[in-house]
Amino acid sequence: MRPFRFTNAKDAASAVRSLTGNPNARFLAGGTNLLDLMKEDVERPDELIDITRLPLTQIRTITSGPNQGGLSIGGLGRNADAANHPLVRQNYPLLTQAILAGASGQIRNMATNGGNLLQRTRCPYFYEVSMPCNKREPDESSARAGCGALEGINRMHAIFGWSEKCVAVYPSDMAIALAALDATVNVRKADGQERSIAFADFHRLPGDTPEKDTNLNHGELITAIELPRNRFADHSYYLKVRDRSSYAFALVSVAAALEMKENRIVQARIAMGGVAHKPWRALKAEQLLVGKEASDATFRQAAEAEMAGARPLSHNKFKVELSNRSIVRALQMAVNGGKA
Amino acid sequence: MEDNQTPQLTDDEKKLFEDLMPEDLDEILDTGVNRRHFLKLMTLAGGGLLAAHSAVAEQVFTRPLSVPSAPEPASAAIENGVNVSFKVNGAARKLTVDSRMTLLDTLREKLELTGSKKGCDQGQCGACTVLVDGRRVLSCLTLAATCEGRSVQTIEGLAQNQTGSAVRLHPMQAAFLKHDGFQCGFCTPGQICSAVALLEEARTGHASYVTENVRQTAGPVRLSAEEIRERMSGNLCRCGAYPNIVAAIQEVYSGKPVEQTWQFVG
Ligand SMILES: Cc1cc2nc3c(=O)[nH]c(=O)nc-3n(C[C@H](O)[C@H](O)[C@H](O)COP(=O)(O)OP(=O)(O)OC[C@H]3O[C@@H](n4cnc5c(N)ncnc54)[C@H](O)[C@@H]3O)c2cc1C
Ligand code: SF4
Ligand code: FES
Ligand code: FES
Repeated sequence: MRPFRFTNAKDAASAVRSLTGNPNARFLAGGTNLLDLMKEDVERPDELIDITRLPLTQIRTITSGPNQGGLSIGGLGRNADAANHPLVRQNYPLLTQAILAGASGQIRNMATNGGNLLQRTRCPYFYEVSMPCNKREPDESSARAGCGALEGINRMHAIFGWSEKCVAVYPSDMAIALAALDATVNVRKADGQERSIAFADFHRLPGDTPEKDTNLNHGELITAIELPRNRFADHSYYLKVRDRSSYAFALVSVAAALEMKENRIVQARIAMGGVAHKPWRALKAEQLLVGKEASDATFRQAAEAEMAGARPLSHNKFKVELSNRSIVRALQMAVNGGKA
Repeated sequence: MEDNQTPQLTDDEKKLFEDLMPEDLDEILDTGVNRRHFLKLMTLAGGGLLAAHSAVAEQVFTRPLSVPSAPEPASAAIENGVNVSFKVNGAARKLTVDSRMTLLDTLREKLELTGSKKGCDQGQCGACTVLVDGRRVLSCLTLAATCEGRSVQTIEGLAQNQTGSAVRLHPMQAAFLKHDGFQCGFCTPGQICSAVALLEEARTGHASYVTENVRQTAGPVRLSAEEIRERMSGNLCRCGAYPNIVAAIQEVYSGKPVEQTWQFVG
């Protein structure tokens, strides 16, 4: 690991100021992604600002503004605490399940809610500095420019929204549930002002700038994640399909949330993980479900409509059928209140 | 600590090395392999080889790295030195660390607590699991600099010293012994620390991905074998001692003797 200066953030304002002043500085939260990448020489900060002692860990009901009655989850709270908070478990069980589907007990005790959203891709070419990767080496004149996965081993990679520049997928489970739940991300800017970013606008597709995972600017601090009030708690499910039954990243995951009136679907939210460079909202499938009676035939139709747009790579054609079945399965589970 | 200050191999270590890769031994000794490098090679050699040599290996791995003590460099001499005061197994510790130093390396190389193991150094195996302020974390992805004011518990701190007499093992340690919850033992300190924390999490009602109804928040969780497996999935065991590990945890959880439940399929 390269040498770096270590400081403790005294308050949010000075943390944001310090980071803004040094393009090579990074916030250190749980460290579970950043330190790993520093050991691999993928991230090379010369300064780490520890933000974990800032008082941004609260989980509370929102009392005013557009998300009134919803829930605010502190950016520096730990994943394990968010998953187990009674208000989250009661009203947003989808989020609890998604967090608990990720990583391990130890890592969820360390990982923060803000850090989780900013974790970087697990593309093995990105991790291995001797391999070509546009995300790691955006400079076109670099000897390591290019995308190793495009023509390389791309079994784990994207089937939606990729570009010739990058075919990586975004690894967070938590974020897939947040996408389905229409969350917003509150951010503190360098000028001391706050801004809110709708979840759909937070992460990016790779396009020509795969080095940018999100629309967060350097120096901005995630202070909280807000969830609007909803009626999905009775009918939601997070399904994660992976190579082993636990402690592995998703091949495909589906966050499904339904609002039901008897057997009729009033509202539907479906977000998918493991298929794109950002949480993939299955809007076509959602539209097809609204107003319909819940049935396997309807679910299959919705899944097929969404998956018709998939563009698999050489090694991941299996993800298309796997996604089809996962959408159907997640919807069945959601209808039954999370039970098979 | 500079590499050239570390001691040369002991006879046991030479023997172990010889068994592992006899054809290389002379060359390696000629070129002057030191103990630290050796341990690194051993780690890379992986669980399978180690298992075959567990008796010697265990001895090798539990001997504290007692280096002929070079005086601690003053904090100014350490690049990006950070002062930290924290508790380790109840005792107050105060030291200056390079900002890059992980908690794992600090425990093993500065505090001579070599119980916590370095399997992958990347958060993927759980061998380095320790408790910080009572919660299980990975010490390989924790910077020592972030531990100011924290209380760290390692495998060495689980057993209790009864006044003036023998050590009393933590019930989880005793259950691992009883159920053969290990073969080579490399993952064991992490497994046990993780298991101790797991019981506390279940007692306070934490859910897991396999919990049937996460909306039900009242009271402790009932730990089925499936629940234990899911909650222990962050601790890998190359020797595959999993059924015995689950049995050991079930025994401590239930307070009743647990029968071996695994069998050969066929
Ligand atoms: C072995 C292993 C398995 C894993 N498996 C899974 C899995 O199955 N599913 C899953 O979803 N995840 C998984 N993870 C990833 C894990 O969830 C993330 O590493 C974690 O959520 C990152 O959070 P952190 O607080 O540790 O972030 P850090 O590593 O501290 O930070 C990550 C990045 O975010 C920035 N940052 C952090 N907080 C803020 C903030 N508040 N404002 C602005 N910037 C910030 C940091 O500067 C850094 O660039 C796994 C990780 C490991 C090591
Ligand atoms: S898929 Fe993206 S992250 Fe992976 S090698 Fe290509 S550019 Fe890099
Ligand atoms: S050494 Fe820390 S998880 Fe493997
Ligand atoms: S790795 Fe050998 S006992 Fe687990």
